[in-house]
Amino acid sequence: MAVSRRHFLKLSAGAATATAFGGLGISLKPTVAKAELQKLKWAKQTTSICCYCAVGCGLIVHTAKNGEGRALNVEGDPDHPINEGSLCAKGASIWQLAENANRPQTPLYRAPNSTEWKPVSWDWALTEIAQRVKKTRDKSFQLTNEKGEQVNRTEAIASAGSAAMDNEECWAYQSLLRSLGLVYVEHQARI
Amino acid sequence: MTNHWIDLKNSDCVLIMGSNAAENHPISFKWVMKAKDKGAKVIHVDPRYTRTSAKCDMYAPIRSGADIPFLGGMVKYILDNNRHFKDYVVNYTNASFVVGKDYDFNDGLFSGFDPKKGSYDKSQWAFEMDDKGVPVRDETLQNPRCVFNLLKKHFDRYDVDTVSDVTGTPKEDILKVYEMYTATGKPEKSATIMYAMGWTQHTVGVQNIRTMAIVQLLLGNIGVAGGGVNALRGESNVQGSTDHCLLVHILPGYLGTPKSKWADLAAYNKNCTPQSADPMSANWWGNKPKYVSSFVKSMYPAATPEKGYEMLPKLDAHKPMTEYYWLSMFEKMNQGQFEGFFAWGQNPACGGANANKNREAMAKLDWLVNVNIFDNETSSFWRGPGMKPEDIKTEVFLLPCAVSIEKEGSVTNSGRWMQWRYQGPKPYAQTLPDGDIILKLTDKIQKLYKKDGGAYPDPLVSLGLDDWQNEHGHFDPHGIAKLINGYFLKDTEVKGKKFKKGQQVPSFAFLTDDGSTCSGNWLYCGSYTDKGNMAARRDKTQNDAQANIGLYPNWAWCWPVNRRILYNRASVDTKGMPYAPKKAVIKWTGDKTKWQGDVPDGGWKPGTKHAFIMRKHGFGQIYGPGRQEGPFPEHYEPLECPVKTNPFSSQLHNPTAYQISSEEKAVADPRFPFVGTTYRVTEHWQTGLMTRYQTWLVETEPQLFCEISEELAKERNIEGGELVKVSSLRGELDCVAIVTKRIKPYKVHGKDVHLVGLPWHYGWVTPKHGGDSANLLTPSVGDPNTGIPETKAFMVNVSKIKRA
Repeated sequence: MAVSRRHFLKLSAGAATATAFGGLGISLKPTVAKAELQKLKWAKQTTSICCYCAVGCGLIVHTAKNGEGRALNVEGDPDHPINEGSLCAKGASIWQLAENANRPQTPLYRAPNSTEWKPVSWDWALTEIAQRVKKTRDKSFQLTNEKGEQVNRTEAIASAGSAAMDNEECWAYQSLLRSLGLVYVEHQARI
Repeated sequence: MTNHWIDLKNSDCVLIMGSNAAENHPISFKWVMKAKDKGAKVIHVDPRYTRTSAKCDMYAPIRSGADIPFLGGMVKYILDNNRHFKDYVVNYTNASFVVGKDYDFNDGLFSGFDPKKGSYDKSQWAFEMDDKGVPVRDETLQNPRCVFNLLKKHFDRYDVDTVSDVTGTPKEDILKVYEMYTATGKPEKSATIMYAMGWTQHTVGVQNIRTMAIVQLLLGNIGVAGGGVNALRGESNVQGSTDHCLLVHILPGYLGTPKSKWADLAAYNKNCTPQSADPMSANWWGNKPKYVSSFVKSMYPAATPEKGYEMLPKLDAHKPMTEYYWLSMFEKMNQGQFEGFFAWGQNPACGGANANKNREAMAKLDWLVNVNIFDNETSSFWRGPGMKPEDIKTEVFLLPCAVSIEKEGSVTNSGRWMQWRYQGPKPYAQTLPDGDIILKLTDKIQKLYKKDGGAYPDPLVSLGLDDWQNEHGHFDPHGIAKLINGYFLKDTEVKGKKFKKGQQVPSFAFLTDDGSTCSGNWLYCGSYTDKGNMAARRDKTQNDAQANIGLYPNWAWCWPVNRRILYNRASVDTKGMPYAPKKAVIKWTGDKTKWQGDVPDGGWKPGTKHAFIMRKHGFGQIYGPGRQEGPFPEHYEPLECPVKTNPFSSQLHNPTAYQISSEEKAVADPRFPFVGTTYRVTEHWQTGLMTRYQTWLVETEPQLFCEISEELAKERNIEGGELVKVSSLRGELDCVAIVTKRIKPYKVHGKDVHLVGLPWHYGWVTPKHGGDSANLLTPSVGDPNTGIPETKAFMVNVSKIKRA
């Protein structure tokens, strides 16, 4: 009996894997079996969608159940009807996007005329940004334009981004920007 | 995409033009190759021979910036050889519409042009109306002023010899492509187009796509399986971010942004809601007031729709929209207009055209917030090449965000599938999902205005954040997804159905304009109903008709109303019978069982409504009187080009293109004799921000290069692997030369024109010695409709770097 990886995942998901193997009466090559068992024993599996182009390929993400709880492996989802398990070079490297020591660990701040970054806390950074947004907005806000028409906007703050955000994040972000009165709202779709 | 990725397999002919799908959308090719295995012809028309070309039945070279001649010649070929699908053209396109007497076209200009303003009076392009206000049609297509005959006349100049002279494509290749592609103008056949930025990034970008849409309408290829007009979108959620309108000109669901001349909601609704006097026209946009009301109620739940409208920012009605678009925004930033700038999940120091200017512009800001996964050329612009940090006043905040697998939420792919993602690992170190950063910042700003007041605090104070967060105060993607879908704000009855307050709205047909419903985006109404989160569905069950064309209607969810192929009412005749029974999309099966297959474009009986329900008059627009540069496409050279003349008219450039007059352009300029173009490679993505930090990827594509032909290499005495300098009026780049047979000179106006191609993924931050962005070379000129910059065709020089 040929058992594809997808069947294997389905069969082994709910049962003790060793028993499942015994019950199937099949023989996987021992090394492959061992690797698969490790993944299932030590990792939780979640599905995701690739973050690069807009083909929308399905992913299976394996995350360690203990320790730091980091991603152990990311691979194509064989059940996904578009990619059927395949990924391109970028999609296959998503693990390295997440598990990457070059990622900044905290917010960074660069003061005027400074030559360096300084790590700062989230609360400090967001408080400072909120104050600057309010100051600039209050100073520049236009209730009417030069023709006397009501416009309720600021032309002193602009925004670019982002097609990399989730739908729910995009919607919330546009709500913030439009409530601030921004009209210079642009993102990747314009370039 | 009007269709979707899997649907490519249903095609009889796949034209890939303006894209390199095999390298930039690699998994799409799984479905292209399935079509080819079944006997479909696959064609690549591109300035370069790429991995896409290698997999095709035929490859035809084309000079970058000459797509309209190529496609306009195809329109002429169809009409000269009667290749069009007559029933479809008469029933579903505006070919039969009679155009009013003011329309004219003369030597490259349409009627109504104002040379001072550089724009048209579009009222001169209007259709002739009958006494009821319905467009006059001649279904015999005999009237000399019907669209069909005006189209014929317009493209009569696009003969194959002139086309070849402008495109540089050999005549026999042109004819072969026309023959292969137009063979699908039969009821049972379909052909599709796969395009990407190779078509949009031109000063005639919109008209490139319009020309292809005309071809598809003539051949009856829209609404059918294996057909459509398919933009291969390049970012995982650029479809969704466009649907939710992180863009100045539209509000979520493609509702036009309010303008200063519409003082209140009633004036907006009156002026922005199309009216049709034709009872056969569904005129779906006639529902717009319901969507606008529901949208403002989703942001400001306690305000009336009228007050909600008042709180939205308005654009100056007397200015062209391009004044607000990207290129103008950076020009104004460079002039010091902005104090603050959010670069959220974007890297404009590399991604925007004329990137040197963008980098300098950021030094004029007081504060810059960059949200990103890694440090990049935007966040660190102040320490970039040529910058003196001590002289730069800009304060910069770099906020590190989670990557996609570390958070939950949905993204919408190019085929409009909204797909749910789950959280794998928790966000790395102290990074946060973008949603939490937005929520925390919004909350802080709202609190400041609640406490201290300020300029017009109403919208900030009124913004409803209850649905944005869970009980722990974290960003809640489910709460927002439900809000985007919309729910009832009070007990109400709509169309004879009773709903309770708090119930999810089942579909946009039940949205109202009286403030009793909210919906953050009407197009997504139906995505998160009382039945649950439709985007999270993983059910591959299909009936036979659905399985036949690979619809997967129970997998994820697709806007609108889970319709997988748009305009599908055009795939059947007026009796509801499929034109192509072997790959039917929908079929009318009688009064009881109604339509089967995909979700039809409206459930009306066959023959009772026109097929193109989003158009005011209900027809596919061969004649498009709403665009800035004319109702028919016309060839104009890129604003930087290698020629001084245009054989189609004495009008060299698009007279309405966006440009900044103080910025010089290279036209047939001996200092910059070669056509430059930009593109991507499989192993990197966009500005490289999300690929240049991965050693696996950098190992395969470590540095910037330029590709040139053997002929150009010989002319400039360059060997493959040597270091060269590529320069334009705006900047220069050092890179490695790849001398290749995959690029050949094009014979244009009898002379050789050379191409220099560069990927645009690199930047000075990382990797070391990887080179910088190709956008240092590209010009700030753009399409007059979209404002998209012309980064696919500009003029450069290339020379060998002589070592000391």
